[in-house]
Amino acid sequence: MISPKDKAVLIKYLPNDDILTQCMHCGMCLATCPTYELTKMERSSPRGRIKLIKSIAEGKLELSNLFAEEMNFCLDCQACETACPAGVQYGKMVESARVVIEHSNVGSSKLNKTIKRFLLNSVVANHSRLKLLARFLYFYQNSGMRKVVLKVLSLFPSAKKLIEIESLSPTISKIFSSDGLKEKISPETTAKYIIAFSTGCIMDVAFAEINFDTIEVLKKNQCEIITPKKQVCCGSLHAHNGEIEKAKELAKKNLDVFSTFDYDFLISNSAGCGAFMKEYIHLFADDPQYSQKAKLFSGRVKDISEFLANVEPTAAMHSLKEKVTYHDACHLCHSQKIVDEPRKVLKQIPGLDFVPLEESTWCCGSAGIYNVTRHEDADKILERKMKNLKETGADVVVAGNPGCIGQLQYGIKKYGLTMEVMHTVSLVKKSMDQPPQKKNP
Amino acid sequence: MQPFILEKVKKIVGVEKFHNSPEDRVSYSYDGTPMLQQLPEAVVFPQNNEQISELLLLANKEKFSIIPRGAGTGLSGGSIPVENSVVVVMTKWNKILEIDTANLTALVEPGIVTGTLQKEVEKLGLFYPPDPGSLNVCTIGGNVAENAGGLRGLKYGVTKNYVLGVEMILPTGEFLKIGGKSVKDVAGYNLKDIVVGSEGTLGIFTKILLKLIPFPTRSKTITVNFKKILDSGKAVADIISSHITPSMIEFLDNTTMNCVEDYTKIGLDRNAEAMLLIEVDGRGSSVDEDAEMIVSILKKNNATQIRIANSPSEALLLKTARRSAFSALARRRPTTILEDATVPRSEVPVMIEKIRTASSNFSVAIGNFGHAGDGNLHPTCLTDERDSAEIIRAHKAFEFIFNEAIKLGGTITGEHGTGLAKKDFLESAVGKEGIDFMKKIKMVVDPNNVLNPGKILTLTPRCEGSLPSTREQIPEFHSHL
Repeated sequence: MISPKDKAVLIKYLPNDDILTQCMHCGMCLATCPTYELTKMERSSPRGRIKLIKSIAEGKLELSNLFAEEMNFCLDCQACETACPAGVQYGKMVESARVVIEHSNVGSSKLNKTIKRFLLNSVVANHSRLKLLARFLYFYQNSGMRKVVLKVLSLFPSAKKLIEIESLSPTISKIFSSDGLKEKISPETTAKYIIAFSTGCIMDVAFAEINFDTIEVLKKNQCEIITPKKQVCCGSLHAHNGEIEKAKELAKKNLDVFSTFDYDFLISNSAGCGAFMKEYIHLFADDPQYSQKAKLFSGRVKDISEFLANVEPTAAMHSLKEKVTYHDACHLCHSQKIVDEPRKVLKQIPGLDFVPLEESTWCCGSAGIYNVTRHEDADKILERKMKNLKETGADVVVAGNPGCIGQLQYGIKKYGLTMEVMHTVSLVKKSMDQPPQKKNP
Repeated sequence: MQPFILEKVKKIVGVEKFHNSPEDRVSYSYDGTPMLQQLPEAVVFPQNNEQISELLLLANKEKFSIIPRGAGTGLSGGSIPVENSVVVVMTKWNKILEIDTANLTALVEPGIVTGTLQKEVEKLGLFYPPDPGSLNVCTIGGNVAENAGGLRGLKYGVTKNYVLGVEMILPTGEFLKIGGKSVKDVAGYNLKDIVVGSEGTLGIFTKILLKLIPFPTRSKTITVNFKKILDSGKAVADIISSHITPSMIEFLDNTTMNCVEDYTKIGLDRNAEAMLLIEVDGRGSSVDEDAEMIVSILKKNNATQIRIANSPSEALLLKTARRSAFSALARRRPTTILEDATVPRSEVPVMIEKIRTASSNFSVAIGNFGHAGDGNLHPTCLTDERDSAEIIRAHKAFEFIFNEAIKLGGTITGEHGTGLAKKDFLESAVGKEGIDFMKKIKMVVDPNNVLNPGKILTLTPRCEGSLPSTREQIPEFHSHL
C-alpha cells in the first residue's frame, strides 16, 4: 500500500490526468529512445514509463526501486517528444516522477540522496561555493596532486570506476568568466541590441573561454552586453533531478535580478540553461506574483545560435579550411526545437567543409549530471555517438551545450580519436580572428 | 498462475530473460490498440527455437496461454495478453541473416525493424515495399503475422505478396518450415497464405524469407488540395479508372490535415476540405507521363494548389507527415479509435460520405484519412476513454461504418487485422461458414488453444479465461444501451 505521505506527494507533484491520458501508446517513440535501444524492454521506453507513472497515479502500481531505477535510467533527452505526433509532454511526467521518488523511500539510499541534494542545492545552487569547489579542482588538476591521487587509486582494482569518473571532471578554467566580465560591456560602434547574458554555472567555471568568445562575437555584432553579477544558477539541473522546489527558488531569484535591467534578448550559450529559462513561463503559470515576470523573461531568452542565425551578421568572418560536423544537444534540438539555426550559422563561415553527422540528434550520454550519476549507462550511449563521429572524419565537432562538450571530449580521448570539440560560437569567433584572405588578382 | 509453473518457465529461458515484476507486467499489458489491456503473468525473451518449443509444450501441459509479441504497435489488440498468459517477446531476434542479390531475397529474424531492413536492402539497389505507418518501430514478424499493408499497397501489394517462406514453431511445439527461394512453388496446400495474417494464433515465427524487387529509380510526389471533399474521392476513382497505378494515393480530411500540420508545421492548407498525396514511381520517362496525366485528372476534378515535390527529401517529409496522421489526431482528443474499413476503389467517394454521416448521426468527431487508392480508409474517432457515453456513441458509429462498408462490397479490416478489436464484426464480413472453417484450422493446429487464444475467433468451450476488456465491457456500457 502507498503510505499517506507518499500519496500526498503523488497528488502534489504528478501531472494531472489529462497530461497522463494524452499518450495513446502507439509506440512511435520507441525507435528514438536511447535507453529502449539498449535494453529493448518496454519499461525502459517512453510509453512504458508513461504507463508506469499512470499506473502509480491510478493506485494500480506501488512505488518501487525498479520504478525509481527506470525513471532515473531515462536520460530526459526528450527525443521522444520530438518523435511524438500527439504532442505528449513526456519530460514533464518523468521529471515529476523524479520529484516523487526524491520524496519517497524508494530509489537510491538516503545517504546518496542526501549527498546529491547537498551537491545540487548547496554547491551548484550557490555560485560562490561552486567557484570554491572549482578553485580546489583547478589546484588539484594543475598541481602534482592529480598525478599522485591517480597513481594511488590505480593500485586498487576496485577504484577503476572512480578513475573513469575522475576523467570526466571538466578541466577547470584559470579565470572564471563571471570574475573576468564587467557587468556592462559596450561595442566599439553604436549598440543595435542590448543583450543580457546568462553565464551558466558549468560554462562559467569549466568553459570560461566559451563565455569570453560569446561576448566577443556579440560585441562585434553591435551588441551591448549586460552580465548581471547577481544572477544565479538557472535551476535546470535541479528540475531534472527531482528538486523542483529548489529550481523554483533559483528561478525566482533570476526573475528578480534580470527584471532590474533593460534588454532586448537574454542570450544563453548552454542549451540546458536556455531550455529551462524558456520554461519559466510554464513553471510560474499559476503564480500571481511571478507569472507576468516569467512571461516577459522567457519570451526574450534566445540561444546564441538562434540569435546569430536571425540577425544580419555585421562582423566579418574569414575563411576556415576545416572539416566540421555538428552534434545536436538534446536541449537544443528536442527541448528548444533549434535544429536549423546552428547549421545556418556554421554555413556562414567561408571555406568550411560541413559534413553531416549520422544520428546527430541522438543523445551523447551527458544529459546533465547523468554521466556522473549513471556512468556505465552513459558510456554505453556514448559508444554509439563515437562510432558515428568517427565515420564523419571531421577535424572539429561542434556542439551547443557544455555537458555535451565535456562528454564528447571525454569520448574522443577514450576512443583515441583526433578531433577537436568546439562550441558553435567559438568557431564563429575563430573565423572572425582569421586574417582576411587576399583577393585573387 | 501457480508459482511452480512460473518457475518452470523461468528455467526454460533462464533468469535473465524472465521478467514478472509488477512493472514489467504493466508495461507489457498493452499494444498500440486503444483501451484494451490485461496483465500477463510473466514476460520472456527466448533465445532459440528449443526454448520457444519448450515453452509451448509447457503451456499445453500446464494449461496457460502464450502471447507472441514484436514491437507492440498493432492496432487490433493482437499482442495484448489474455488471462493466465506469458508474453513471448521477439524483438531481440533482430538480425538480417542473408540478402541474396542473385535471387533477390532476404532471410531475416522476426524482430528486425521493417524500416531498418528497408534501409539495408536499399543500399544494394533493392526494395522491400510494404510500409506500415509504424515502419520505424514495427517488426517484420509482426508485419507477417498481421499481413500489414501501408502506403504503397496500391501498386506493390501488402506483406503477403513478399513472403516466400517462414520457419516457425507450432502451438504444439513442433518446428515447421514453409516455402523457399523458388519463385514458383505449388507443392501441396499453400500453407504460406494460411500463416501470413494468422495474427500469432498458428505459430511463432523464427525466420522469415522475403521477396525483394529492384528499387524504382524514378519517382514523383504530388500534393493537391480540394475545396470539396467529394471532389477528392472522385479524383481517386478517375485516376484508377484511367489505368494509371501510382505507388500511393493517400487521402487526408481537414481534421487530419490540421492535426498533422500542428505536429509537422510543413505548411498544409488548414482550410482545404481534403488533400491527396500521390506518388508515381518506376523507371524512365513513363513516370513523368503518368504524373502529367494525373495532374490533368486532378484539374478536371476542381483541385486547387497542385504541387510537385522538388526533392527526394521534400517527398520523404510529406510521406513522414502522412505516417504521423493517426498519432497526430490524438492532439485533438486523447483516445483515438482507428478502424480500417475497406471498400472497392470505385466506392471511395461513397464511403467518405458515409463516414461523414456516421460522424454527424452519432455526434462523434471523426478524423478520416487513409489509402484512398486501394479503398482502405482509416476513419478515426476522436474521443476520450474517460467519457463512457461518448465511447458508446463511437462504437455505434463504427458499427454503422462497418455495415456500410460490407454493403458496398467491402470488408471490416484492410490491414490492421481482426484481433480482439474487430472480432464481433468478423462474421458479417466472412460469413458463418468462413468462421467455421477458420475455427477448424485453429482447433487442429492448436488443440489446447494455448497460442494467442481469443484473437480473431472465440472457440467454444472457451478456455482462455476472461479476455481483456473490450469496448462493450467498459463499465456502464450496458446501462447506456
